[in-house]
Amino acid sequence: MTGPGSLVPDPLHPEGPLPTGPLPEGADLRGETARLPETRGLWATAFRELSHKRSARIGMVMLGLLVLVAIFAPLIAPYEPTQVLLGKEDVRPRDPPCIHLFGCDDSKPQHILGIDGNGRDEFSRLIYGSRVSLIAGVGSVAVAVAAGTLLGLLAGFFGGRIDNLIMRVMDVLLAFPSLLLAIAIITVMGQGLINAMLAISVVTVPAYARVVRSAVLTVRENDYVAADRALGVSTSRIIWNRILPNSLTPLVVQATLGVATAVLEIAALSFLGLGVRPPTAEWGSMLAAERNQVFTAPHLVFFPGLAIMWNVLSFNLLGDGLRDALDPRLNR
Amino acid sequence: MSDTAPHLLEVDNLSTYYFTRDGVVKAVDGVDLRIDRGEILGLVGESGCGKSVTSLSILRLVGEPGKIVSGSIHFEGEELLTKTIHEMQAIRGDRISMIFQQPVSSLNPVYTAGFQIAEVYEVHQNLKRKVGLEKAVEMLARVGISDPVRRAKSYPHELSGGMAQRVMIAMALAAGPELLVADEPTTALDVTIQAQILDLMRQLRADMGMAIILITHDLGIVAEMADRVAVMYAGCIVEEATTDVLFARPKHPYTVGLIGSVPIIGTRKEWLEVIPGRVPNLIDLPPGCRFASRCRARVDNNLGICTVTEPDLLEVEPAHKVRCWLYQEIPS
Repeated sequence: MTGPGSLVPDPLHPEGPLPTGPLPEGADLRGETARLPETRGLWATAFRELSHKRSARIGMVMLGLLVLVAIFAPLIAPYEPTQVLLGKEDVRPRDPPCIHLFGCDDSKPQHILGIDGNGRDEFSRLIYGSRVSLIAGVGSVAVAVAAGTLLGLLAGFFGGRIDNLIMRVMDVLLAFPSLLLAIAIITVMGQGLINAMLAISVVTVPAYARVVRSAVLTVRENDYVAADRALGVSTSRIIWNRILPNSLTPLVVQATLGVATAVLEIAALSFLGLGVRPPTAEWGSMLAAERNQVFTAPHLVFFPGLAIMWNVLSFNLLGDGLRDALDPRLNR
Repeated sequence: MSDTAPHLLEVDNLSTYYFTRDGVVKAVDGVDLRIDRGEILGLVGESGCGKSVTSLSILRLVGEPGKIVSGSIHFEGEELLTKTIHEMQAIRGDRISMIFQQPVSSLNPVYTAGFQIAEVYEVHQNLKRKVGLEKAVEMLARVGISDPVRRAKSYPHELSGGMAQRVMIAMALAAGPELLVADEPTTALDVTIQAQILDLMRQLRADMGMAIILITHDLGIVAEMADRVAVMYAGCIVEEATTDVLFARPKHPYTVGLIGSVPIIGTRKEWLEVIPGRVPNLIDLPPGCRFASRCRARVDNNLGICTVTEPDLLEVEPAHKVRCWLYQEIPS
């Protein structure tokens, strides 16, 4: 190498030798002292992304309204949902909507969505119907998600025979048309809201089991699972604390979209007379009861249908938005 | 046992085979290793020579279709190969720890760095989460992370490679293990960070007195870090000596070739030394020395026995073992 004072430049350090020797007192050369940005968790990030997406925002607002309506139903509804008004007021079955503001005669009692076939206030029934619809939708999905997650985790993590057994049973369930299977289950268990919810849960379990299983298969191969094993973490802890949280994203999306389907199926079962029992206000059964009066009393079919659509649409928009917001592949 | 064998870890005649559809891959074939307390043993060799499988075997983490077929592993005089799964879980991370090549992907993306370190305390010392988190911050400071309180709240994706490796080291050392297996701990990092991490490992070794098995293909790292070096080739140890001796007087033709193929900074050569040929297929190994087909010394010395019988790993000088016919008596 070239010595000091040499005329030949050092090819590695043309501008002269770099300073070497001990560092000045207090120098921190670890290079990691840069100021850190505030950290934000996965869900906080997801929510921020969600509120940036127009369709997800609309979905959230629609769903929020629906939830508020369901919670404050007694305050909003002017009548009891099962209260028969015939003989108490000057109303007849299937009276069209009467709104004083829009020129309805003041002598007549106000019913903004009219009267149903049994002489009850349609608006009040619609308001209370939101409770059944939400509870049934979310409840049946919750049960299905719990069962599907458990089965998917077991199948994905242990593989082999357990995987085969579980997934073939799921395939059999999927092979049935879902509504027919639900009807069959209700026929065995008996009619009623709880049974209808359970039937829908059973029918939709395979979807969640598949989603969780495929997520587990991906997560299982990750380096951090191997690292956990090397640190002596037990299998059950790896399943619940490592694999499950990392598989949650597709599950959340699937579940949100699943609520929309469940709401529709509850309505369909009620429409067929297999869901909630008659006096209870439920959109599907309200629709079914008046389906022959589409032309004479269109409001009794139109508004329950609209309500179902509102509910389904809000969950679908939200689910779509969640899918984009939680997708780590999309870099923003 | 411990009276006659004062070594911390003693691996005898360890063989780990992979039973694949194409045949039995003898990834590790009769490996003997000794490591004492506070010692750094370098395990070098090219890709696929069985370095990593050896380390995984020590922790009994060989996954399907691999299997430890023979040998014994004594850790502090206890046989590890006959321990139950639960006993092994208690040892991993507590008394023997491991760090991996890809630091970022070896951390769980859904938990903060501090939480992941705290969990080690939770698993192995039954500490409460809060106490664990406090100790995690201590540990982060100890591995040279600035602003450890803040960094404990960081998620893995917010860490650089060097920082993630520091976190991994903090996790591995949290429970104060006696043996740390470092599988290519700096391969994924750039050179300056590499130096920092190696420095840190050396310093922690001095502080905590644990032994380190350093697995690498980088001879520079070995020369700088290790007290003793074992060179692996095709599932076997071919040479073992103290670091100084090995680099000053390599004996096995493979080791000579390895050292010759390292470029030296500041000098230019027309050609880098290359070891001709490829690593033999581990499924059906030819008889004789595994290196015979690539060995210049065999041709130069016209040794016929190399392709017939495999030499033993013999001590040719004090504390210098070589597996080569050049240095041992050829049976007639």
